[in-house]
Amino acid sequence: MPVNIIVTAKQVIDPETPASSLRLNAQTKRMETPPNVPPVINGFDENAVEAALRIKDAQGGKVTVISVGKAFVTDVVKKPLSMGCDELVLIQDDAADTFDGYATAQVLAAAIKKIGTYDLVICGRQASDFDQAYVPLGIAELLGIPCVTIGQKVDVKDKNVTVGRAFADSTEVVESPMPALVTVSNELGQPRYPSLRGIMAAGRKQPISWKLADLGLNAAQLEAKVEMLELFIPAREKKCEIIDGENEEDKGRKLALKLREAKLI
Amino acid sequence: MADPNGVLIIAELAEGKVASVTAELATIGAQLAKSLGQELSVIVAAHKVATSAGEASHLGVSKVYTVENSLLAGFQIEAHLVALAAAIKQINPRIILVARSVIGRDLGPRLAFRLGVGIAQDTVDLSWDAGHHALVATRPVYGGASMAKVAVKSVPAVATVRPKVFDPIANSAPGQIVPLTVSIDPKSVMTKVLSQQKQAATGIKLEEARIVIGGGRGLGGPEPFKVLDEVAKELKAAVGASRAACDAGWVPHTYQIGLTGKSISADLYITVGISGASQHLAGISTVKNVVAINKDADANIFKEARYGVVGDWNKVLPAFLTAVRELNSNR
Ligand SMILES: Cc1cc2nc3c(=O)[nH]c(=O)nc-3n(C[C@H](O)[C@H](O)[C@H](O)COP(=O)(O)OP(=O)(O)OC[C@H]3O[C@@H](n4cnc5c(N)ncnc54)[C@H](O)[C@@H]3O)c2cc1C
Ligand SMILES: Nc1ncnc2c1ncn2[C@@H]1O[C@H](COP(=O)(O)O)[C@@H](O)[C@H]1O
Repeated sequence: MPVNIIVTAKQVIDPETPASSLRLNAQTKRMETPPNVPPVINGFDENAVEAALRIKDAQGGKVTVISVGKAFVTDVVKKPLSMGCDELVLIQDDAADTFDGYATAQVLAAAIKKIGTYDLVICGRQASDFDQAYVPLGIAELLGIPCVTIGQKVDVKDKNVTVGRAFADSTEVVESPMPALVTVSNELGQPRYPSLRGIMAAGRKQPISWKLADLGLNAAQLEAKVEMLELFIPAREKKCEIIDGENEEDKGRKLALKLREAKLI
Repeated sequence: MADPNGVLIIAELAEGKVASVTAELATIGAQLAKSLGQELSVIVAAHKVATSAGEASHLGVSKVYTVENSLLAGFQIEAHLVALAAAIKQINPRIILVARSVIGRDLGPRLAFRLGVGIAQDTVDLSWDAGHHALVATRPVYGGASMAKVAVKSVPAVATVRPKVFDPIANSAPGQIVPLTVSIDPKSVMTKVLSQQKQAATGIKLEEARIVIGGGRGLGGPEPFKVLDEVAKELKAAVGASRAACDAGWVPHTYQIGLTGKSISADLYITVGISGASQHLAGISTVKNVVAINKDADANIFKEARYGVVGDWNKVLPAFLTAVRELNSNR
């Protein structure tokens, strides 16, 4: 049975940016990377794309990706298309950067309603900028569909989805009727790399652009319920004692002596 | 209707008992209630509430609200959402606190959406801000690279609280038990747990270990973890890893320390070939002494470390192990 899947994907700053080159912008209350570091698709959203494509590979169907943002970088947001997704919906709004999770969930839920036919919504477990793990739960509530989080395996059978969930020390398998929303985690496995054919096809594909008004939404409905007051980096008073030695073996030996002296081992 | 009033904590049950995270909520809940000049209460929703309601009544609360229903057996999230949303409408609290546990991190946001209000997720500090007339929360963002202070402006305001940040509250004289009547439509139950599996515990638990040794991408493969195992054996330590090492399949994901892995609070944490990404450091914020073995003197881990060795672990670690064995045999 072909499965209609919607994946949500957020463009975020690259979380692999070394701490030393991250800058805090107190004005915008955002962390910034140097201008030469491009943004990325949130890592867990790439896992979501992978989960969707695995289902499509096995059973056929269609994968539509939706992203809400202020300034999309075309090559970045098109990555899911080059991985094999069928359609990309971009919802650009100048205020999108200041949306709280409640507003973002409303926009995404409205977009999903506008798309209309879907069996499954797959989201990343959390966005690596604010680490909220919040928007997908809101989408599910607003659409009134069941929701299963932190999936490491997603399988569709008939009208049901089964999700293997990964916790720190346990796993469980949950079954839900569709339509349903599932969030996935990195335990799902490495997302596929775009193929050359995929990249060419994505290059030719035109994203669908919607504005808030196309979704029947206005600014008043999207007023933040949670307001960011301040972004700061707590002061850390740590001094590292570098263990020196004649060579690396000697340093290893001296480390052991040091730790014994400090009664740590 | 009267103005929303008081702080309500949502009790979590673990194997029929009130979970320790709930007692932690009571600690911060009591502080918030005091600044508001209002009462602290707790709600227990379960199949059978008698025992757990009794336990919860000692959490420094004036009232224990209870909802009893067979559909609440185990933890069936949709049934709990229906029950809690309906109960909260009756209780009419100003602030609602939920633990950011496996259960709470889903329950809290969904409850907030159901009530049409805002929530601060994964908070580590909370206060009532009379100026903003709002619940103000501090939470780590960007994988722990910075902290955000946010105001939850809606009424009621909801927050999930990170486990182990607050100490559990001391037992108090019992509060009053108030049973509520709530009906749950069986049709609201949609998802079903088909199976559950606990990972077999091998050796010392990471979260409880006094000494932990962790390996990262710098180890280059699964084999070197055997050296870590040997060091761990000698030091009675537990072995952990960075996400990079887990994702590469060198060790199972149960080894992962960090933001989306385990939090450790060892006296000593020896990192080997780990760069010290903020998401990794997020899991070691309460570790007392970090040791870094890394060949890159500029690696971020040295900013977090108490002791550091700049060098190739291939040379440093075996020499360290030999020295530890010598020290141990001379004891
Ligand atoms: C949302 C999100 C959540 C995340 N959650 C987690 C999490 O819970 N836990 C986690 O760990 N990560 C997490 N990450 C990933 C994190 O950002 C880093 O990618 C990861 O921690 C890097 O692992 P690493 O330090 O092993 O690898 P690297 O960053 O590649 O570092 C390897 C280090 O090894 C050193 N090295 C190499 N060879 C040698 C040698 N021979 N001897 C000595 N040193 C050597 C290098 O100098 C380098 O510093 C998360 C990321 C995101 C976006
Ligand atoms: N602006 C957005 N556009 C598309 N998807 C989003 C957006 N914000 C959040 N999401 C989805 O919701 C997940 C969790 O985000 P968050 O709740 O912000 O941690 C992400 O992994 C995305 O799948």
